[in-house]
Amino acid sequence: MIRRALALAACLAGAATGAAALPQAEAVAHFGPPEAPFHILVRGALDIDSFFPALSAFVAVTPGTQVTLEQWNTNDLYDQAAAACRGAATPSDLVISSSMDQQVKLVNDGCAQPFRSALATRLPTDRIWRDELFGLTHEPAVMVYNRRLVPEGDAPQSRFDLLDLLRRDEGTYAGRVATYDIERSGVGYLFAFLDSQQATTFGSLIEAFARADVVATCCSAEIIDGVTRGRYLIAYNVLGPYALARAAGNPDLVVVSPSDYTLVMSRAAFIPKDAREPGPAGALIDFLLSDPGQAAMAETYLTIVPGAPDALRPIPLSPVLLVGLDRQKREQLLELWRQTFPPPSP
Amino acid sequence: MAEATRCGPPMSARPAAAPPTDPPRSLSLTARLATALALLLVVGAAIVAVLAFAYGRSAAQRTYDRLLIGAARQIADATTLGDGRVMVNLPVSAFELLALAPEDRVVYAVFAPDGEIVTGYPLPRPASGADTFYSADITGEPARFVATEHIFAERDFTGAAAIVVGQTTRARDRLAREITENALAVMALAGVLMSALAAFAVRSALGPLRRIEASIAGRPPTDLTPLKTPVPSEIGGLVRTLNRFMERLRRQDMTTRTLIADASHQLRTPIAALRAQAELAAEESDPARQRAIVARIHERSVSLGRLTDQLLNHALIIHRADAAPRTRLDLRTVAIQATDETDHDLFASEDVLQLDLPDEPVWCIGDSLSLVEACKNLLFNALRHGTPPVTVTARRERGWAVLAVEDCGPGLPEEDWADATTRYARSSGVSPTSAGLGLAIVKSVAVAHRGDLRFGRTAKGHFEAALVLRAATGAAG
Repeated sequence: MIRRALALAACLAGAATGAAALPQAEAVAHFGPPEAPFHILVRGALDIDSFFPALSAFVAVTPGTQVTLEQWNTNDLYDQAAAACRGAATPSDLVISSSMDQQVKLVNDGCAQPFRSALATRLPTDRIWRDELFGLTHEPAVMVYNRRLVPEGDAPQSRFDLLDLLRRDEGTYAGRVATYDIERSGVGYLFAFLDSQQATTFGSLIEAFARADVVATCCSAEIIDGVTRGRYLIAYNVLGPYALARAAGNPDLVVVSPSDYTLVMSRAAFIPKDAREPGPAGALIDFLLSDPGQAAMAETYLTIVPGAPDALRPIPLSPVLLVGLDRQKREQLLELWRQTFPPPSP
Repeated sequence: MAEATRCGPPMSARPAAAPPTDPPRSLSLTARLATALALLLVVGAAIVAVLAFAYGRSAAQRTYDRLLIGAARQIADATTLGDGRVMVNLPVSAFELLALAPEDRVVYAVFAPDGEIVTGYPLPRPASGADTFYSADITGEPARFVATEHIFAERDFTGAAAIVVGQTTRARDRLAREITENALAVMALAGVLMSALAAFAVRSALGPLRRIEASIAGRPPTDLTPLKTPVPSEIGGLVRTLNRFMERLRRQDMTTRTLIADASHQLRTPIAALRAQAELAAEESDPARQRAIVARIHERSVSLGRLTDQLLNHALIIHRADAAPRTRLDLRTVAIQATDETDHDLFASEDVLQLDLPDEPVWCIGDSLSLVEACKNLLFNALRHGTPPVTVTARRERGWAVLAVEDCGPGLPEEDWADATTRYARSSGVSPTSAGLGLAIVKSVAVAHRGDLRFGRTAKGHFEAALVLRAATGAAG
């Protein structure tokens, strides 16, 4: 039932080849019979494995539909969808991305078509925008540490704890804390931008990051691998589902939802305005929003939010997210970032 | 005598007394009111809808324009100079303000004084300066824009940065729609209340009519007294008309009764006498005496015929005085007709009766038959009691049309003039001894024509009885 063609797994490869032509998918998976009359092409900034249960369940309850799922890097996906919106690339039937701000911008630029259903109208207002963009998941931005390497007394529960660790004079954590490289990861940039709204905490955090030589690198998998192997002691602002999935198989890994505030990202989906199969794509959205769909995504922790409910800050789907994508705003934040994380010497 | 009836409208021409049926129905009052109200409500709703929509649009426009300019000003405030170029630290609060229209797309652009876009969307540079609103599209969706500016006056940098913020109009449209819908809801509620009120008003307005109906239905058949039911002024006219109508019925009823009483009383005696005479004649064996009795029978039957004629004419005229339609007529024709129809048996010779008519018509408005009968009555009186020859005159005296009958004798003594018409008013004016003296008939015809019966003496001292009526203009008709 499932044929999986794994393309280049490393996210660096996308950056290396992307300069030449339009960006490419990192991996492709097919669900459902190939001879099915309906064929949905889903492009997602997501991990195929994490959506495997949900899409398998979808094709099981929706006969006659085949789903092709392409796995993309967030920024590449944004470029591709923007190109499709201009008519410069082939459109997909559904675009799913963890980079909510980029999704909001695509919808704001008129790249989506509306989809209305009973389930969609029941969504809370911060998970639906204009009947065009829908938040499918609950994925917290968490901290992960290695229980073996971080003493129990040091275990951070909040950003303030992390700050204290980074400010220690003896330099235990210098060069041993990792976070997303916000220039290459859309969702990393989104988290950083929203952190930057917390002016005082963010200022201290950036300053501490610089002092403690925090490592900015790409991709949840790589960062969590580093924590598992002991390369890093603590990872900051990584996506919950990856961390929880890894922690389930490794008792050394501890996932912490920061108790001061925990950003909760909702992977946002829209149907492109030129989608060939908007009907089946809508059916897929509806399934993912339904109880069976949410349950299937819970298997891969996509809808699991640990931690105190009071501290949760769901990120609303709203034009406010456009601010972070403003050219100058982005330059200013990236400039600050580059000063904090000087480019690694080759 | 048969001629008299030929000239009047035949009795059979009047509508036959139909059995009581429902009157033909027209649209019910409730239906009329409902139609009028529906029309009013539809027109009202249309007007309210248009006004409410216009108001809603402008209210929504004002409201969201303020948000738009607020956001634009915040962006303008965040526009600064750094290293000799325009910098924008786009404020989140500006977008939070714009997100108060939660479903709307947003575009913005900041232009350096040289016209180059510093940041934002590739929008056209606004033509004019501060705080101008305009409408345009955002990729096919209608949108509202505001342009404002931030003026730099630094030592080495002067000029104005232009800020444009645009937003689609979903929230405005929704607000306008909500205002309109609310107004229409109020209108609908008012409509329902008005309908209920109208239904109540109709019921209560028709109340007096139902009371009148009950009052009439509850009467004994002989009760023709005026209605005393208190009614609102609007249907007072109806009740007055109804009362007048009943008064007329009552009068006619009275007349008829008097007539029947008179007739039965006055006809019985001569008929009984006739029968007695006829019995006498049957038993008489002497042919000469029998012939004498037959001659008396003839004389009596002629007298009886005239009496019957009088009675019937009187009945007809009293009836017509109230009911017959008035037409424009020439009194000369009336005089000629009356003369023609007068029983010539009464005349000793041909020149006993003379006509004195002018060349010009003498117009008046009236009922020809009544006037002819009245004239005949006067003629009969003159021939019977006056001194021949008798002259019939039609003439005009200032505003009056006069039809006069003059004989050559002194006539009634002057002290009887005032009394002459009322003396018989209480009866039909007919009796075996004074048959034909029906001055009461003449008087009532004159009164019915809003005229008068006058007695007078001519220059030669001759007695004259004259019907004086209002003259009509010759041009009319």
